[in-house]
Amino acid sequence: MALSREDVEHVAWLARLALTEEEIERFREHLSAILEYARMLEEVDISDVSPTATVLPMRNVMRDDEVRPSLPRDVVLANAPDTYEGYFRVQAVLDTEDEEG
Amino acid sequence: MGQREYEVIIGMEVHAQLLTRSKMFCGCSADYVDAPPNTHVCPVCMALPGALPVINRAAVEATIRVGLALNCEIAPFSVFARKNYFYPDLPKGYQISQYELPLTYNGWVEIEGNDGQPKRVRIRRAHLEEDTGKLVHVNGYSLVDLNRAGVPLLEIVSEADMRSAEEAHRYLLKLRTILRYLGVSTADMEKGAMRCEANLSVRPRGQQTLGTKVEIKNLNSFKAVRDAITYEVKRQIAILEQGGTVEQVTLGWDEHAGRTFVQRTKEEAHDYRYFPEPDLLPLEISREWVESLRATLPELPDAKIQRFMQTYGLSRKEADIIAVEREVAEWYETAVAAYPHPREVYHWLTGEIFRYLNEANIPITAMKVTPDALAELLRLVEDGTINRNTAKSVLQEMLATGQRPRTIVDAKGLAQVSDEAALRAVVDEIIAAHPDEVRRYREGKKGLFGWFMGQVMRATRGKANPATVKKLLSERLEGDG
Repeated sequence: MALSREDVEHVAWLARLALTEEEIERFREHLSAILEYARMLEEVDISDVSPTATVLPMRNVMRDDEVRPSLPRDVVLANAPDTYEGYFRVQAVLDTEDEEG
Repeated sequence: MGQREYEVIIGMEVHAQLLTRSKMFCGCSADYVDAPPNTHVCPVCMALPGALPVINRAAVEATIRVGLALNCEIAPFSVFARKNYFYPDLPKGYQISQYELPLTYNGWVEIEGNDGQPKRVRIRRAHLEEDTGKLVHVNGYSLVDLNRAGVPLLEIVSEADMRSAEEAHRYLLKLRTILRYLGVSTADMEKGAMRCEANLSVRPRGQQTLGTKVEIKNLNSFKAVRDAITYEVKRQIAILEQGGTVEQVTLGWDEHAGRTFVQRTKEEAHDYRYFPEPDLLPLEISREWVESLRATLPELPDAKIQRFMQTYGLSRKEADIIAVEREVAEWYETAVAAYPHPREVYHWLTGEIFRYLNEANIPITAMKVTPDALAELLRLVEDGTINRNTAKSVLQEMLATGQRPRTIVDAKGLAQVSDEAALRAVVDEIIAAHPDEVRRYREGKKGLFGWFMGQVMRATRGKANPATVKKLLSERLEGDG
């Protein structure tokens, strides 16, 4: 299954990756080959297998609602490229407000 | 409205933070409101490599309780899903949410419809997810605070069953009431604990196909919900009236300008690539678990309203006013238990007391007057110790100081004068001092009776028993003495 150039550009955009012309073509081939490989799964007879979200046999792994210590803030921010008064600082994001659902 | 009649179709998506102690998938405190930025953060919140989420049982149970209260089915099997998108408020690059197998679905709530009759708004689903971090935009930068990231968030999606801004408003109010009754969320919109989006379309009445749907995001107050929908309905009808077409867009609401604005067009709609969250195991929800949670539900607003109508003889509207907050309903019932005249208690609670609470802007739980103290006050009125006007000022004093009514009445000498002999002397004095008014009254100007009442009350500093005064005045004015 061959991916189109647009497919690659779309996936790159979703991952916020900027690709060169040469990379677009290279990844188009790589991704197409990976999909082709995964296609083998289509040959498996799954008529008597129901879909599942996990292959592990465990269910209902939950914790009690108890507060545990958070990290000290200097540790939280230690690897941040840029900070400001206790915040991570990033380039302005303009396209939407801060509420995502 | 233009020449044609239009129908507006509204669906709502509501997010409510759940009142757990810790976050949805880690042990960080979920109480972030007053915390300095990035102090409730751990490797799970930051999506550090190797960090694994663990489900907070209390959040799952709160969601199931909400599902039950919204008449939903509870999923026997439920799965978390990854919703993938890049945004700085979400360090993982995805939000853990639910997609194909939400915890609860297919429910309804009852609201008052446009025609005044009860109407059901169907609930499509109510599922559990995590809140995102907060962004502050300053000087060309965005500042990221991850304290809110991972706070349990309940998403409640309705069907497009509402037909006016008022119905949408009532639906939201009903949800808030239910969430508060359950004690699972503060549902405080002003503080961001409850947030709301509306889907809305307009079509000429009778048309079968739906109009173009727009989404209005970030409605952060009840007023914003009503104003934004009202504005948007008008805007769309104006476009249709001019023969135009409504564009499918995502809108924001500018509270100051009082208008909607385009936020992002659908062409750029996110491609979320949902898939089952591999870091979490599915939930199997047994009947026993659901039933044990059902047993923890309080009496819900609808049931309470019915009972108040039957037990206390209140109208639906009156019962609704009392039942909208659980604490108010409990206060009322305690007061009625202490002074078994439901209507009288209703009158004082929704009159003087509500006015005070509004002006002082405090909840009933912060009020100094106990139900028992109001009962004592009303007994003082009933046994004639004070009249109703005096009771009003005593109540003001009680609200301000928290003193018992008896204490105030004694300290200020407010006890009513019912003694006929004493009052007769005052009445005689007033009549003797105002021969003109007496003459005009007897010539037919009966409206002056109230004026005479006022004179007597003034002379007794409001303490005279009104019934006695009335009787005495009638005797004197109608007679010839």
